[in-house]
Amino acid sequence: MIEIQNLTKHFGDIKAVKDVSFTVNKGEILGFLGPNGAGKTTTMNIITGYIPSTTGTVKVDGYDIMDQPREVKRRIGYLPESPPLYLDMTVTDYLDFCASLKDVDKKQWKSQKEDIMELVKISHVQHRLTRNLSKGYRQRVGLAQALVGAPDVLVLDEPTVGLDPKQIIEIRKLIKALGKNHTIILSSHILPEVSAVCERVVIINNGEIAAVDTPENLSKTLDSFTRFTMTVAGPDKRVKELLQQVYGVKVLEVRDKGKENESSYIIESDKNLDVRKPIFNKLAENSYPILELKSLGLSLEDIFLQLTTEETEVN
Amino acid sequence: MLAIWRREVQAYFYQPIAYVLIAVFFLISSIYFTLGTVASQVAEMNFLFSSITFILTFIIPILTMRIMSEDRKNGTEVLLITSPADVHQIVIGKFLGSFTVFLVMYASTFIFLIILYILGGQPEIPRLIGGYIAFLLIGACYVAIGVFASSVTENQIVAAIISFAILLMVNLVDSIASFIGGFAAKVLDVFSLLSRYSDLNSGILDITSIIYYLSFIAVFLFLTTRVIDKRRWSQG
Repeated sequence: MIEIQNLTKHFGDIKAVKDVSFTVNKGEILGFLGPNGAGKTTTMNIITGYIPSTTGTVKVDGYDIMDQPREVKRRIGYLPESPPLYLDMTVTDYLDFCASLKDVDKKQWKSQKEDIMELVKISHVQHRLTRNLSKGYRQRVGLAQALVGAPDVLVLDEPTVGLDPKQIIEIRKLIKALGKNHTIILSSHILPEVSAVCERVVIINNGEIAAVDTPENLSKTLDSFTRFTMTVAGPDKRVKELLQQVYGVKVLEVRDKGKENESSYIIESDKNLDVRKPIFNKLAENSYPILELKSLGLSLEDIFLQLTTEETEVN
Repeated sequence: MLAIWRREVQAYFYQPIAYVLIAVFFLISSIYFTLGTVASQVAEMNFLFSSITFILTFIIPILTMRIMSEDRKNGTEVLLITSPADVHQIVIGKFLGSFTVFLVMYASTFIFLIILYILGGQPEIPRLIGGYIAFLLIGACYVAIGVFASSVTENQIVAAIISFAILLMVNLVDSIASFIGGFAAKVLDVFSLLSRYSDLNSGILDITSIIYYLSFIAVFLFLTTRVIDKRRWSQG
């Protein structure tokens, strides 16, 4: 549905996007993940035709954004980072304006408008000025705007930024529902969001793609072991010895807690092995109480940090 | 294009700005009409037109200052540019939006014409028509300058000052040209909206002047699309 090839964008000397290529399949929800300033918004602005790329091509449904911008723009609904609302208009007036801007057929628009407002739950605020709406509602009106004209592709730039937790959950649900009959690119710097909503993730850092995969695969490749951190009361040498006697346990690091007879240990074990019980038994036998035991399971967050911080270290 | 035009006209009339500007325009032009036409017992409108053209120098910059800059500031520019509408359609829609408010001012001057007839004045018809055409065209040129100035910056005040400066230059260019003389004067004459205006206003329906005005509008609207496109290339 969307093919992006060798996309590069320079702003003067700054290279905001470097040689980015990926494709989005029809009906897929693609997560576009990266720290702030990684080039997410720039890439999205290029895909939607707001700014031209320096080199590289974007094709939507076979149409090139540079050669046939009108065809591409017709197929894309874009929600930029801050919803592009006219604050002096009411919600219905604004949506009517968007519909005529996007050449939506007038007869179709009447029923479509009701559907959209129903879907994003803004029917009850439709006669209010967008100026007087809360951030959450403005975001929804922005989303409604992207849905005007029933485009196949939705490009959503950080759709949950600045919303409260309840609103975030609602918007995520909504995006998932929309994913059933839309192709969606969703950018975010919030990781659980991407793993909750998206089927595939593109991780971008410093304008370059760091990884492309499903959230599960990304976890699998890097998460072949389990890590714990634990605090034990007892002399660290003795405790370390005992821990190493437990089958499948590897002690990576011992940290002095600054208190006498209390240290923390970072432990790694084979993934398929639950070593917590044997560790407890072993230490209990020797009456060294475990004060704390915490899993350091590699979440998408860690993967993200690994992939993106390696980059900065190289630089 | 129509969508943008409609939205801009709405925006002008939802806010006090259009009413205030129209009221100011009408107030000052009635003063000119009362003193310059009625009190001086002159049975013509053309003197009035050249006087109120000068008022436009102050009113048009305020009318057009927000037309492009506001979209940039509020981020609604993204909405317009990522819609299927071309940049030139957006610019023309915006231009027509401001021009419509000017048309209301323009229409208000017909009241003076009616009063003139009631008072028994018999203005020469060709001069009257010439005057109305000239006033319409010069108003459109001023609006085009204002739209251009508004596209250069996202600050409305700066936009107003830029268009005010350009319009002042337009007012002064004849005096400067005659002061310098020679070839430079001929070059400056290209920018002289007002010398052609006085021709038209005296009833000489010169087709070249009319084409000149229309091209002037086209050039400034074209420059506006260039400014927007240029910025799309260089900014995020």
